[in-house]
Amino acid sequence: MAQIVATTPGLYPLPDWAKDELSHLKGHQKEDLISGNETGDIATTYARARSEVLERQQTAGLDRIVEGQLRWDDMIAHPLTVHDNVETGGIVRYYNNNNFYRDPVVQGELTPDGDVAAELDAASEQVESGLQAVLPGPYSLADLATDRYYGDDAAFLEAVANFLAGEVEQFPEVDTLFLLEPSLVENAPGDGTDERASEAIDSVAQATDADVVVHPYWGALEEKVYAHLLDADIDAVGFDLVSDHESNVYNAQEYGTTDDVALGIVDGQNTLVETPEELRERIDWFEDQTAGEYGTIYATTNTETFYLPVNKFEAKLDALANAADLEEVTA
Amino acid sequence: MTGPRDQFRQPDHPNDHFILTSVVGSYPKPKWHDRARELFEDEDANFDAAAWEESKDDASRLITQEHERCGLDTICDGEMRRNEMVEYFAERIDGYEFNGRVKVWGHNYFDKPSIASEVEYGEQWLVDEYEFTASVAERPVKVPITGPYTLARWAFVEAYEDTETAAYELAELVNEEIEQLVEAGCKYVQIDEPALAQHEDDHAIVGECLERITAGIPDDVRLGIHVCYGDYSRIYPEMLDFPVHEYDLELANGDYEQLDVFKEHEFTKDLALGVTDVHTAEAESVETIKENIRKGLEVVPPEQLTVSPDCGVKLLPREVAYGKMANMVTATREIEAELDDGTIEVPARSGPASADD
Repeated sequence: MAQIVATTPGLYPLPDWAKDELSHLKGHQKEDLISGNETGDIATTYARARSEVLERQQTAGLDRIVEGQLRWDDMIAHPLTVHDNVETGGIVRYYNNNNFYRDPVVQGELTPDGDVAAELDAASEQVESGLQAVLPGPYSLADLATDRYYGDDAAFLEAVANFLAGEVEQFPEVDTLFLLEPSLVENAPGDGTDERASEAIDSVAQATDADVVVHPYWGALEEKVYAHLLDADIDAVGFDLVSDHESNVYNAQEYGTTDDVALGIVDGQNTLVETPEELRERIDWFEDQTAGEYGTIYATTNTETFYLPVNKFEAKLDALANAADLEEVTA
Repeated sequence: MTGPRDQFRQPDHPNDHFILTSVVGSYPKPKWHDRARELFEDEDANFDAAAWEESKDDASRLITQEHERCGLDTICDGEMRRNEMVEYFAERIDGYEFNGRVKVWGHNYFDKPSIASEVEYGEQWLVDEYEFTASVAERPVKVPITGPYTLARWAFVEAYEDTETAAYELAELVNEEIEQLVEAGCKYVQIDEPALAQHEDDHAIVGECLERITAGIPDDVRLGIHVCYGDYSRIYPEMLDFPVHEYDLELANGDYEQLDVFKEHEFTKDLALGVTDVHTAEAESVETIKENIRKGLEVVPPEQLTVSPDCGVKLLPREVAYGKMANMVTATREIEAELDDGTIEVPARSGPASADD
């Protein structure tokens, strides 16, 4: 029987007090967003907020603990927008949401800078076991950025993958690495690029001994993209069962899956709080439909959770943790 | 000409041509009015509900008259009683609940409500606002109202299967509100649907909402829709089927890059053209605005043209907002005079578009 591991893809909402304090300390304009070398009160405020969300996950009883990515003003584009060789352009829309981020314009070599590793170092002081790293997958990060240095798409994707791999090498010990790949759904790679996207993911995955979960969301992968993704040496593929359970289960039935899977079963963009029993039913449904014998099933929200108000976000963490602890529901 | 528009022409209008000037809605709040809200929300301050009502009345009167001083043909009170375009309505509609702020970008947040149970008409939304504004105004009052699609899309929909279902239920409530506004004497209503610009594929849902909204509304009530910051090629010309008279579109911000979209197919309704950019904190000159108005004449003839800012101007410094409105009216009157003299051409008349409607 599969082990159910309750986790999240990170990118949490800031606690409300931190929204106020950071608004006050940083400001509201484009030029006030995170630079990556913040100090003083801003750094202290983020550290307090990080500590609070780490503790909240531990209280909920989640099996994997994320750092929370509270500094990621630009959502999953963050690792580039704070980079020295990246300039930030205009404010652009974040996928199909009423959210916006600074367009990262790459102007020079993408050397690893340890920004995300430093966050994980800080988190590791408070997390004895189950620490999970979160990064954008190389395809999505390249998709969200503008390249003014590498010259062609293939070279840029490879450079972004090398940058992420270099970042991963600086991480402290983590149990799991979630690579968020919404662009694989939202801006699906065409012929050739689909294979390169898989190779890019593979090269990031090679950089760690941790279990690597590649988590696409906002729908299901196109069949070819899915098939190529399975060629990468990764431990689990994610399925967003909230936004499109039928197509996702079809992919799993038609092409098989990795030995472990991640199931997006909690809606990260709606305040309606699922019960643990409902969540457990969704897991059981996927197992039944795919007749899979999984080692580990990561039970997670389908998307990042910064879309939610804090009270509902916390209620969903509790529901996820409780769902993982429920005895298997017999149909 | 389309729709009931001549009723907004002032008796002393100086030119034969008449291009309607209007606003989208919001206007910068006077600092003392913001301070009054803070005091009202501060439990320790000795500032009661009556004092807050007085502040709202004073601000509404002030901005209504400020709009009239600009010379606008149709005015509103700059939404002095409203806090935010979704929150204001969600606070009044039964079924919504607020759980806390969510991020829009950076440290800009929105108290995004949840539709937690079936929506029902609660307390009145805008009738008091309209009646007060009309009582202090000498010119016709336009009422902007957030549309049902945006009220659903910019909320968490819990109680309905999807955004579409919620939007149709909300459309019935908007219809009820407009009926009450019309009963109170309102002749000009603008449905604000900014969410359409982010979800262009949903234009048929917005169209169906508008069918519900406009059912039973008398023909002499002018109805418009406002959309901003979108890819108009994805909703045009389909949007011309919406049961409204006027389309208020942001175009100055994009420097009229999308203007050609509207030339490929005859613009059969009225175009309310954004002629000042609400994201530049400097009033455009009369000459610049005149050039912008002439862009509108490439799409429609003057009798189908309304002139307005791109969007609500509430984020601008108040003196800049005033300068933009005043220059906009001056520019419009000068264009009208030049049309009277025949010194400027109307490209829309010579093109495929005609004003036969």
